Amino acid sequence: MRLTQGAFSFLPDLTDQQITRQVQYCIDNGWAVNIEFTDDPHPRNSYWELWGQPMFDVRDAAGVMFELNECRKAHKGQHYIRVSAFDSTHTWESLRLSFITDRPADEPGFTLERQEVEGRSIRYTTRAYAANRPEGARY
Amino acid sequence: MDAVTDAPSADARPFENVVRPPDAIDLRAEFVESGLAAVLEELDTDLVGLGPVKRRLREIGALLLVDRARARFGLQAVSPTLHMSFTGNPGTGKTTVALRMAQILHRLGYVRKGHLVTVTRDDLVGQYIGHTAPKTKDVLKRAMGGVLFIDEAYYLYRPENERDYGQEAIEILLQVMENQRDDLVVILAGYSDRMERFFTANPGFRSRVAHHIDFPDYSGEELEAIGGRILGGMNYTLSPDAEEAFHRYVDLRMKQPHFANGRSVRNALDRARLRQANRLFNGDRPVTVRDLTTIEAEDILSSRVFSGGIDSYPPLKP
Repeated sequence: MRLTQGAFSFLPDLTDQQITRQVQYCIDNGWAVNIEFTDDPHPRNSYWELWGQPMFDVRDAAGVMFELNECRKAHKGQHYIRVSAFDSTHTWESLRLSFITDRPADEPGFTLERQEVEGRSIRYTTRAYAANRPEGARY
Repeated sequence: MDAVTDAPSADARPFENVVRPPDAIDLRAEFVESGLAAVLEELDTDLVGLGPVKRRLREIGALLLVDRARARFGLQAVSPTLHMSFTGNPGTGKTTVALRMAQILHRLGYVRKGHLVTVTRDDLVGQYIGHTAPKTKDVLKRAMGGVLFIDEAYYLYRPENERDYGQEAIEILLQVMENQRDDLVVILAGYSDRMERFFTANPGFRSRVAHHIDFPDYSGEELEAIGGRILGGMNYTLSPDAEEAFHRYVDLRMKQPHFANGRSVRNALDRARLRQANRLFNGDRPVTVRDLTTIEAEDILSSRVFSGGIDSYPPLKP
């Protein structure tokens, strides 16, 4: 099951050129671009591991692509990698854009668990199949 | 672990061949249109002297223009190596020209942003194992899309200390200079003799740096012209007597040790301004605009250069 989180996730994967253009758009708006990765893609897991530091002073997308390629060297195929853009202007101070750039080849998806509780009520919870295995060995 | 494809593949510029190439390209018109003419003209008027440097910049500009024209005819146009080394004595305008270089390359579309990142050894080399690579990469990332200016680059290489981390920075630099030629232009600067030794010890650098530009020392007249410009920019003028004194000052100062061309001139004028301010402050009459803008001969003549010493304000203790 294809993971759909963040922007563009219903589109085919972005090419490097498209990623570069998106990153340049973020930089031109004055947002700091971050590269994050995780192997626990649960929708509620909003804090992914940060690759390096937020790139506040990079002026050109090539710098971000350089780091993205470094991150791919380390994690491609085993982790999800996403690019996010943080707007530090007062009153925003939050993410403005986030999209997945790389995903594992095989995405087993999520299971929906129904828990029967008092009075025939049901509690739902989702769990990634991959998360059954230990961290680092999931994909 | 999977291999990573790094270079953007052939689909990088899908729309390039859609436009039919024109029959002929007017290089003159292109020259004016690209804004290169304006930059080079500014260079000519703003910078005194530096004949060989200006000629070299013109040549590089011409090469880039011709390459661009070739690309429009669909001819093979390998993006040229633009890494440069600027050698010359202190104060000959290396940094100033580097800044202009960034503008020129930006107008011609060879760098995307046209900013200049100036670094020295401190910014590239770390203090302990594992510190250097992230530091160097960080600087390179910041410089991408622009020009990286490494001042006194020969400090990167310290042969006397075999465990020096400079070598690590050099290796990363070389790798990025080779693989990401489209993303950034590296300019190395330093004094001629030391740079020569640096290049001899790091042959990889010499072959990756296409343009070696030597900055000549300024002549006396050029230094005076520079002084005139510095003062003009700050709304000061020299009185006729002061001009004569300044002429003698430059002649004397050029023969002294630690002469740093344009920088020495600027420092001398700064000191003359201090003396002028002091003179006006101690004078007991109201000052006019003319007083405030004019530097008199005495402001320059009280320099220790005239008595064989090193210029400084306040005077050094003998």
